[in-house]
Amino acid sequence: MNTSALRAYTMIGALALIWIYFHWATGSIFLTPRNLSNLMLQTSVTGILAVGMLMIIVSGNIDLSVGSVLGLAGGIAAIVLTNLGYGLVPAILAAIAVAVLIGIFQGALTAYLNIPAFIVTLGGLLAWRGAVKGITSSETIPIADATFKSLGQSYVSPNIGWILAAAAILFVLLMTFKHIKTIKEYELGEVNFTKEFLKSLLPIGAIVAFIYVMNSYAGVPIPVLILLAVALLGYFITNNTTFGRYLYAIGGNADAARLSGINNKLNVLKVFALLGALTGIASIIYTARVGSAAPDAGVLKELDAIAACVIGGASLMGGRGTIFGACLGALIMASLDNGMSLLNVRDFMQEIIKGSILVAAVGLDMAGKKQN
Amino acid sequence: MALLEMRNIVKEFPGVRALDGVTFDLQAGEFHALVGENGAGKSTLMKVLSGVYPFGTYSGEILVDDEMKRFANIRAAENAGIAIIFQELSLVKELTVGENIFLGREPSRFGVIDSALLYKRASELLNHLNLPINPRTQIGNLGIGQQQLVEIAKALSQNAKILVLDEPTAALTESEVETLFGILDELKSRGVGMIYISHKLGEVFRMSDRITVLRDGKTVGTNRMSDLTVEKIIALMVGREVGDIFPKSSHQFGETALEVKNLNVFDNDVPDKKLVNNISFSVRKGEVLGISGLMGAGRSELLMAIFGAWNGKNSGEIFVEGKKVAIHSPSEAIENGIGFVTEDRKRFGLLLEQTLLDNLTLAGLKRISGAFLTHRSRETIAAQKAMTDLHVKASSPFTVANTLSGGNQQKVVLGKWLLTNPKVLFLDEPTRGIDVGAKQEIYSEINKLAKEGLAIVMVSSELPEVMGLSDRILVLHEGQLTGEFTKAEATAEKVMARATGNI
Repeated sequence: MNTSALRAYTMIGALALIWIYFHWATGSIFLTPRNLSNLMLQTSVTGILAVGMLMIIVSGNIDLSVGSVLGLAGGIAAIVLTNLGYGLVPAILAAIAVAVLIGIFQGALTAYLNIPAFIVTLGGLLAWRGAVKGITSSETIPIADATFKSLGQSYVSPNIGWILAAAAILFVLLMTFKHIKTIKEYELGEVNFTKEFLKSLLPIGAIVAFIYVMNSYAGVPIPVLILLAVALLGYFITNNTTFGRYLYAIGGNADAARLSGINNKLNVLKVFALLGALTGIASIIYTARVGSAAPDAGVLKELDAIAACVIGGASLMGGRGTIFGACLGALIMASLDNGMSLLNVRDFMQEIIKGSILVAAVGLDMAGKKQN
Repeated sequence: MALLEMRNIVKEFPGVRALDGVTFDLQAGEFHALVGENGAGKSTLMKVLSGVYPFGTYSGEILVDDEMKRFANIRAAENAGIAIIFQELSLVKELTVGENIFLGREPSRFGVIDSALLYKRASELLNHLNLPINPRTQIGNLGIGQQQLVEIAKALSQNAKILVLDEPTAALTESEVETLFGILDELKSRGVGMIYISHKLGEVFRMSDRITVLRDGKTVGTNRMSDLTVEKIIALMVGREVGDIFPKSSHQFGETALEVKNLNVFDNDVPDKKLVNNISFSVRKGEVLGISGLMGAGRSELLMAIFGAWNGKNSGEIFVEGKKVAIHSPSEAIENGIGFVTEDRKRFGLLLEQTLLDNLTLAGLKRISGAFLTHRSRETIAAQKAMTDLHVKASSPFTVANTLSGGNQQKVVLGKWLLTNPKVLFLDEPTRGIDVGAKQEIYSEINKLAKEGLAIVMVSSELPEVMGLSDRILVLHEGQLTGEFTKAEATAEKVMARATGNI
């Protein structure tokens, strides 16, 4: 088994242990449809940010400003909706556009002026937070638009959930079929139909279980649906595009990448813009869920996103990390939040525990690496 | 009584025996030159002497004043009176001259540095050496020549009895060289023994009492300078038969594949300094053009500039298959059919923690897959074919690159460039640090590629390699083209003479 698969299984195991522990400690509250639905909702914003952050980290960069940018984009959406009275679409577009422009700006400073990403986005962390306070006059802007709020608060009906499940299962089968065809076409080896069939059962089972649990409560939450779409997009970019491959190359060895004909600067700019777009999407969900734009919206979200990537096996040196790992990392972080809240662990203790787990996870990873 | 004796020193790296029973001795007050080709083992020997490679990582005996020494680290060697001045200076630019001289040995009380005492001692030391340098000047504000002199002052402040100088004049002007030699003469009269590594045979002749020649990690001989001539030294340095590991092949050359006219490459830090000075050359399809020269002659810079990868200024015209091309980046070079197997595979060539497939398809990804989407199966096929063609020993294309041996890693870098389907292939030190078997495989691959019509430009520090593989050889010395030989004309002596500027 290769190391990345081993890491994935280890993480799934860790998640299972955490869930079982909380289920036991909360007196069988944790693993109920209602709480799991809530847990998935809590994962959505961090998860979307983690997908973008993962690609930034893989390229050997970092973005500390996403929390502030999330606050700013959300604030702008609220102003466009509430103060200016425009509709839903202009609000969404404005939020995403602002976040993308900030991404391009910070990416350009990093890539073309060679200012380290850490410094650029540390400056951004302060400056964009200042901008949020400026445009909102440090006051919370309420949102009345029901459609906008539904983006963060509503659920798709159980029937649509099952239709989506059917589509997803069809997709899995199609990919399996394509995989078999490729093996045959390029003569990459013998096709083991039983093995391929069994391999596709795992994702199919996961899809059915997921929809079943979500439908047992109120259906799949819209933010979770958006997270799934973003995660799929991130998976596709990192695995199936030249852009994604180049990010790994740049993070793995920038000199070798450059000498292999890769435009390092342009690709770094692009990945910052991409994280900007995802931050814009996350800001809408965040604002819609809360139902208002507060001046402190998204504070410390950048650290949640970075922690999710790192727990998911990404290396801050660049060149290593997976979307699957980052999403699982986000789920682990949310599980800790959710479980500790159910147990009424006091706020300060929650923070100490989360911080310790982050460092311990990376410590274990390093110890495992040394043994290899 | 010898000041220093090194007996039967053997130092091995994985797959390479860098030192193979070297014997060396130094008398008090002696100026002893150590010469040899790049890779002959000079620097390795000095690293053994100075404790960079501690006792236990080599075998053999080191005696200082007839006393057996086993250095555990650099500090232990310094305490025994051995100081080494490396090619790359080890001064901290942000600190002052005085602070650098006493770095790690600052006069202090309870951890608080006594600055007054530090600068007093530093200025005594500098005066003693007749160096007009203010000890409070920041190192970064001094020229490279003066920095060199500070480094020597630092060595002497440690009461060095044995001073090792590795190419000390490489960056100096002529007047700085004179100052340096004045100081070295003075040290000699005080009984300091000096080991002097240099490619500049003129200097070696002027200063040395004795000379030791190393070749392939072995001592070829130690002679008194009066018994030698430049020709004799060169013969000792290169004196080996070009063996049979170079497969002979004769084939016709095609049209000109690459032509370079009036190429100049300027230093990044010193904009007026030319690293490559007005060089023109061409290479034909099926031809292997060797570029020989010593370290710092401008060979890699030449290739980097043509490939669009030089960060500083450069000028000149490039023609690929007779058509003038403008190359500003490696991607444009690749589009124009140029491939570049860069030197130092770990630093410039490989994604060490990624798979062979990721490495092999990196440069040609858009050609193999498509502009936007990757195509896993097509890539796998391409990677597998490259691995088979080049005999890469690895279990699958999904093996991680850093688990391979040096030779196999080098084949992967070569494979990466062949997958861009080049018309012209640059090779920079293609066999550095790999074992003989892998070398031979790469040699026969180079021959095969030339036969298939690829134009090849190869930079190598290994003279036998250049002589054995090239159809034509260009020799560079300090950025200038100083010689051009056909295979028939070239002898190791001729090439070495041009490369050292002794012509």
